[in-house]
Amino acid sequence: MSLNLTNISKKNLFETHIYSSNLILEKNSINVLLGPTLSGKTTLMRLIAGLDEPSTGKIYFNEKDITKDKVQKRNVAMVYQQFINYPSLTVYENIASPLRVLKHEPDFIHQKVIEVASLLKLNNFLEKRPHQLSGGQQQRTALARALIKNADLILLDEPLANLDFKLREELREELPKIFTKRDCIVIYATTDPMDALLIGGNTIVINEGKIVQYGKTIDVYKNPSDLISAKVFNDPPLNVFESRIKNGIVNINNIEFHLSKSVSKNLSGNYKVCIRPHHLKNKKEEIDDVEIEGKVRICEINGSETLIHFDYNKLNYTSLINGIFNYSIQDTVKFYFKPSNCLIFNSNNKITV
Amino acid sequence: MANIKLENINHSYSLKTENNSWAVKNINLEWADGGAYALLGPSGCGKTTLLNIISGLITPTQGVIKFNDLDISNKLTIERDIGQIFQFPVIYDTMTVYENLAFPLKNKKFEEGFIKKQVQKISEILDLGSILNNNAKNLTVDQKQKISLGRGLVRPKVNALLFDEPLTVIDPHLKWLLKSKLKELQKQFNTTMIYVTHDQTEALTFADKVVVMHEGEVVQSGTPTELFEKPNHLFVGHFIGSPGINILPCEIKENSAFFLDYEIKKNVNIKSIKDKNIKIGIRPEFIHFSEIGIPVDIISVRYLGKCKIVDVVIRNINLKLVLNDQTHVPEKKAHIKFSEKYTYLYSNNYLVN
Repeated sequence: MSLNLTNISKKNLFETHIYSSNLILEKNSINVLLGPTLSGKTTLMRLIAGLDEPSTGKIYFNEKDITKDKVQKRNVAMVYQQFINYPSLTVYENIASPLRVLKHEPDFIHQKVIEVASLLKLNNFLEKRPHQLSGGQQQRTALARALIKNADLILLDEPLANLDFKLREELREELPKIFTKRDCIVIYATTDPMDALLIGGNTIVINEGKIVQYGKTIDVYKNPSDLISAKVFNDPPLNVFESRIKNGIVNINNIEFHLSKSVSKNLSGNYKVCIRPHHLKNKKEEIDDVEIEGKVRICEINGSETLIHFDYNKLNYTSLINGIFNYSIQDTVKFYFKPSNCLIFNSNNKITV
Repeated sequence: MANIKLENINHSYSLKTENNSWAVKNINLEWADGGAYALLGPSGCGKTTLLNIISGLITPTQGVIKFNDLDISNKLTIERDIGQIFQFPVIYDTMTVYENLAFPLKNKKFEEGFIKKQVQKISEILDLGSILNNNAKNLTVDQKQKISLGRGLVRPKVNALLFDEPLTVIDPHLKWLLKSKLKELQKQFNTTMIYVTHDQTEALTFADKVVVMHEGEVVQSGTPTELFEKPNHLFVGHFIGSPGINILPCEIKENSAFFLDYEIKKNVNIKSIKDKNIKIGIRPEFIHFSEIGIPVDIISVRYLGKCKIVDVVIRNINLKLVLNDQTHVPEKKAHIKFSEKYTYLYSNNYLVN
């Protein structure tokens, strides 16, 4: 089983929503489509579902051209951010509905409903109607309906966005387990990098209608090919600095340091140097750690870690440190980072180091 | 600005005041002038009801509300001199950004010169200066929400600013920026701010003191560090922290607490353990791998960039560990140890001291 998008694009008279893109998704994979609002996530999903036709390009499913097939002919299931259920039907009938449409035997339907309901922990609510359920239970019902008909493709469009933090945490953990037991391709659209990291699988980074990077989630996180991938994956936001590099010496607004020896010495010119907030620490760990004497703007403590915003030489830095540090506004604090933890992007925003 | 006191507040939405119909009950809180507070809990816990009681949108069935020791229980919302910011931006589409920000001051009949100065000041702080003359209609959702914020901040001498899930509609990246901005403003203006949310990160990083609500009652009120390090109730342990606290079975033998056959805490002061439903609570951050200790099988490791979540099992009991990104995780089998200082016992969900 595979899904193959070849030179797919979507535009109207005035705007391009998806630029020509290629993507191959393999069977039994969970693919997180990660990008900010209006980056083209929903447009891409609608093309894959067959709700819209692409302006150019072809879509192949198992090597068969399905570009012109309407949504009814494709075996897809879709779940939206808004919980969509039939309000007048019980949870049982909601889950059973796709199989009723397909005119399956009642015994078979019953067996499938019970199977899917227990997977999504809905057994105790089967006789209730959607309005009697919590948001999390309503979304589980919508998910159950998507799962029951053994769709080849399951498309989830920000399915957890309207849920409470704790319910989100719980479903993020359960969803990958549910999907790995099934023979299908899952695409999961979200704006939240934590969704991608917790769900795992693969990540497709999308921005302004372009697919920026695709790979195993942890690889995309660790080795962003592009500044956009690095930024979208950071929670809290990445520190990005315009800087000059000359003969392997980096200068960020008068902070100077050497790049490690493995890095090409003839790196010269203007670059963007990025430091992840958790790589900026308030303790010196190694001899070649770079020191910054920051002035604290604000401290945010979340119970076990501290987020510190500080200024140095007119630049604003963010540091995330394990433990509680109650610095006051305007305190002077020394921060350290390792040159080897810097991500360096060239003027085209492509990774250099 | 005001000190706010809630005394013996109970509220029911139905006319019958039976025991189970209270939306909020037994609320006694005192909030100091100029503090940053959060009301945190899941959907339906009563946090918005409590906020609406403070703003005067709801008159409580029982109890008294005081601003600066003055009973204002019967005062209308407009007389309470408060600012409110809701989940969705509330702006006037037909007005410019400037007119939107000036509107609350015009209503209160301030002088034109003062209004101009005040709007200028607020728009600079919120980075709205460059779009003051734009029509508010075509702005992005985060800019609109900044205007809502600005309208709350623009009035001098409000008694309090109340926020009801103000960042829900904002993308994660911008959420971080607005959240830090809000905290900075709070420290700058010293206005009493009350922030309602289900999102622990928002509550903990914003507030000096967080009130955790569960089924209409306050289960703990404390600093983020107190809630994290010493949860008073298992619900607090579960709801705060991601993942939440590990809740484990416990046996008491000769003044020691045992998890399965392993002694985990000495000198516990529990005489009769009958009917007490004793549980162990230990946060994933306070369990670590060690040479000797409780033998476990490792089920899975999830990489979250700055940390790892490890799932382990012993005799069908699952536990979670949170380790920093550099900690080595053994393969398949390992031993774990609980940090005794942070191992707590709970009786009927409440902390045993």
